[in-house]
Amino acid sequence: MDLAATIVLNGLTLAALYFIVASGFSLIFGLMRVVNMAHGAMYLVAGYVGYSVFEPLYDHDLWYAWYAGLAAGVAFAAVFGALVQVLLLGWMQGQELRQALVTIGLSIVVADQLLAMYGGTPRQFFAPDAIFGSTRVPGIGGYPTFRLVQIGVAVAVGVGLWLLLNRTKLGMMIRAGVDDRQMLGACGVNVPLVGVAVFSLGAALAGLGGIIGATAQPLAMGADGRFLLISLVVVIVGGMGSVTGTALGAVLIGLAEQIGQAMFPTYSVVLTFVIMVVVLALRPQGILGRA
Amino acid sequence: MHSRTVTWSLLSALLLLALPWLLPQVMPAGQAQFWIANILGRAIVFGIIAMSLTFLATYGGFISLAQMMVAGVAGYTLAVFAEGAVPRIVGGLGYGAAIPLGLLAATAMGLLVGAISMRTRDIYLLMITLALAMGVFRFIETNIAWFNGYEGIRNVVGPSVLGMDFRNTFVFYHVALGTAALLYIGIIYLVRTPFGLVLQGIRDNPRRVAALGYSVALHRTAAFGVAGFIAGCGGVLSTIYNIGISPGTIGLGGTVNVLIMSVIGGLGHPIGAFIGSLIFTVFDTFAATIYDRDRFNTLIGLVFLAIVLVSPDGAIGIGVRLRRLLAASRR
Repeated sequence: MDLAATIVLNGLTLAALYFIVASGFSLIFGLMRVVNMAHGAMYLVAGYVGYSVFEPLYDHDLWYAWYAGLAAGVAFAAVFGALVQVLLLGWMQGQELRQALVTIGLSIVVADQLLAMYGGTPRQFFAPDAIFGSTRVPGIGGYPTFRLVQIGVAVAVGVGLWLLLNRTKLGMMIRAGVDDRQMLGACGVNVPLVGVAVFSLGAALAGLGGIIGATAQPLAMGADGRFLLISLVVVIVGGMGSVTGTALGAVLIGLAEQIGQAMFPTYSVVLTFVIMVVVLALRPQGILGRA
Repeated sequence: MHSRTVTWSLLSALLLLALPWLLPQVMPAGQAQFWIANILGRAIVFGIIAMSLTFLATYGGFISLAQMMVAGVAGYTLAVFAEGAVPRIVGGLGYGAAIPLGLLAATAMGLLVGAISMRTRDIYLLMITLALAMGVFRFIETNIAWFNGYEGIRNVVGPSVLGMDFRNTFVFYHVALGTAALLYIGIIYLVRTPFGLVLQGIRDNPRRVAALGYSVALHRTAAFGVAGFIAGCGGVLSTIYNIGISPGTIGLGGTVNVLIMSVIGGLGHPIGAFIGSLIFTVFDTFAATIYDRDRFNTLIGLVFLAIVLVSPDGAIGIGVRLRRLLAASRR
């Protein structure tokens, strides 16, 4: 019983991380119709930039080292995302395939330059004392506090995104843009600027995922591919461009991965893809996607 | 015009066939051997895999990122069954049986990819095929019993052809060239058959094709099967070229490399795959001279970005535009 509860909780904490990363991917796709193949690269960039801010501060034993790393990583990813949209993708709006190819080229260059700068050694953040150690969870016993924080962050991101999309003016523009870009522009809204904001926000979420992910597990080369794949699968399963769908997809994939690893370790990867294939066969637009 | 194309194709085919004898005339023998084996041979093998993508993209409008994975399925099937591979997983089959088995497996995998992605198009298709490819990659990488996990399977030396050893550079080069030529001619023939015409109809307007009474789903899946066979040929050759196969071959890097080759060459015609793979291999080989050996990825990434930004139709597109420019200035 304990074991089962632990596995489920593990699945949920993993799902929380997946949701944070994939929500940015889904957001960008939802409004801009851009498949951001550089999403994993943005995760990686934020992780490494955050780490270079975090490390010297941590060596001086400063309590805010982790928070500073978090802020730096997220901010860098946000600026990076905005630049990508302004410099590369903005002027080929509508050419979806070309945009996807551009982001693929970008991710290759970024990952290679990161390898040149930081080498192949894995890096890991140490969470600040306030969220380090373990907490007693009823029915399970001691459980790493940071993983619970991870769930908290994901819930905050989810609620925040929902509020942003449904309760603010920017959210209204974004939703209108999804339905009809041209009409939105005709209403006097600066659509390209909304696009930059969305891309920046999506990249920032990848960055947030990068810092959280690099605290929960070591950050190394290859994480970009892994989290790009996770974002793809979560969004394909949950439904393109829907926050709730992304959350549902993340929970399904996170749980499937953990349960699979506990029950049939060698074949756990297959379970994830069986879910994807079944969803594609029955509902090609994803569980909560709009047709 | 048409007969001129045929003449040109024949001439270039003859030139390629004669290259192993021509190259040593213009450069030292060791260097010529290096060019034949490590640049031209490799470019042809990867070109075959890239051509399977180009075939789908040019005539069906499908950008599939699963082609390297499909090639890997052929390579792994060959390595699992071929006698003499290390470690021995099933073994026992000669190359005469293991190679067709590999091609069969790749065709089946191609059909499966086509069936799974049947209801998706454009970037959705791109995402789904990438996800499938990475799924198979991670499965193979973590599975020790069947695929020897991270290490892969070694010592797939290849057969001897008519008493000639496959490990001989010239033999390998000519077999690869012959395979590529046959597949290329096969594609050119196939797209003129009713099947190929329906495929091109699907690319332009699937609804109309469906309204004419053709099964879009069936033709799509069949096209993926054909592409799977082509990729399988490339996979078998590349496995023999590398004397084995490891999961790294079909990882994200390998998958993206095939896409890079196709796009650099141009997605407008199957020949683009070979132009792209040749450019890719030359850059790969001489990256150390141009920039920095370890930073090949940055180099090829920038070339790829430049092509996508400047000339989305690749090297072929650049050639076409140059020719038009020349013709205009001559007038």
